[in-house]
Amino acid sequence: MLRAVPEVVVAATRQQPGLLVLLLLLAAGARAGVLPEDRADALYHYYDGGGVQIDGPSLLMRKQVGQQFSVFGNYYVDTISSASIDVVTTASAYDEERTEYSVGFDYLRADTIMSFSYGNSDEDDYQADTFNFGIAQEIFSGLTTISLGYGKGSDTVRSNVDSSFEEDADKQSYRLGISQIITRNMLASVNYEVITDEGFLNNPYRSVRYLDPTSGTGFSFQPEVYPNTRTSNAVAVRSRYFLPYRAAVHGGYRYFTDDWDIDAHTAEIGYTQPFGAWSLDLGYRFYTQTSAEFYSDLFPYEDAQNFLARDKELSSFDSHTLRLGVSYDFLQDGYQFLEKGSVKLFYDRIYFNYDDFRNINGGGNPGEEPLYDFEADVIQFLFSFWF
Amino acid sequence: MSQLRITLTFCLVLVVTGCGSVEPWVKPYERDRLADPIMSFDRDPVSNGYINHVYEAREGARGASGSSGGGCGCN
Repeated sequence: MLRAVPEVVVAATRQQPGLLVLLLLLAAGARAGVLPEDRADALYHYYDGGGVQIDGPSLLMRKQVGQQFSVFGNYYVDTISSASIDVVTTASAYDEERTEYSVGFDYLRADTIMSFSYGNSDEDDYQADTFNFGIAQEIFSGLTTISLGYGKGSDTVRSNVDSSFEEDADKQSYRLGISQIITRNMLASVNYEVITDEGFLNNPYRSVRYLDPTSGTGFSFQPEVYPNTRTSNAVAVRSRYFLPYRAAVHGGYRYFTDDWDIDAHTAEIGYTQPFGAWSLDLGYRFYTQTSAEFYSDLFPYEDAQNFLARDKELSSFDSHTLRLGVSYDFLQDGYQFLEKGSVKLFYDRIYFNYDDFRNINGGGNPGEEPLYDFEADVIQFLFSFWF
Repeated sequence: MSQLRITLTFCLVLVVTGCGSVEPWVKPYERDRLADPIMSFDRDPVSNGYINHVYEAREGARGASGSSGGGCGCN
């Protein structure tokens, strides 16, 4: 029997290398983790950019149950009013609502925290179910935390203009993270994530355009066609540094690449300065990506290739974000069962500049219209209580 | 396969060295600054989750945000 156990383990881990990694980590023995804090959050979020307004609440409640469990529930709504450039050029403006529920728990046992969550997102023409599992372990007396995660999503895509249309899209994600205490004043983390998609990955409403001399405008539209698989890899490093007068600077970089030929770089820096109960946040984020290999703003003729995309999210573009945040902590001495509270206001302004997506309402011959750009305002108003 | 070997080697090194024998160069009592909320990578999970969603719905890139992500009809 004693000999059989390793054979079983070896057989199982041959199928699931991640399991072997996990077992070895558990065998490594480590310190206890700490369950997340008990808190309640009420967020109002507002987005306005490119003819799209989205707002709504996000409510989160997290509570420890006994010594080993922490449970949470989140309710999130997007109320969307869209007259985006895609919509106004090939369809008509619309309003819709997306509602998302998620529930989950963290379980602290034998120096390990295991996390499970389930989420459901629902709108008229799109349903998504997502399961996530994660495991995190502190090692080297808490200097290092290693985490592994797996997620599986099952989506159903429908169409409001064709009631018979129904397609599936499945997503799986694999995550590995390491966070590390570097010095008394510095933390760093590395995260790696592989995501695979399979199924109907495009948008049933969106079209691509192609040159058509028989059309009065010189071009016509046809539905977009995407591959039905996608695999992406992303690796990110982040760091935070504590300044001697109690302030923090942070920076991060992410590299992304996928088999649709999109390469992207994201860089961000930020600064947090408390003033007594008040706190100020400043930040800057830069993002740039190359286009998918099957993207074109204007194809030379109809059915020009197997896969066709004119989604500006798959085009070559960059964006810049400026952030300003103000927060105020109250009830710092607690009140009845409350430990403390805070109110925060974040304002982000995002500038999107497209390199090969044209505003076809901007005038000019096909393929010579002005390039598209837009700015977005993102506002978050967050009330939080700890108890 | 080579990636798996590297990962396994890394884990075996952790086991063989014995985590308990590694002397932490930042002692637990020296971590007060790191415990300050302004040093948290995920100070407000609701806000972080939202802003990640704002970007993910408008960019080709995704993942490695450090959180588990959610199910959204992003396309």
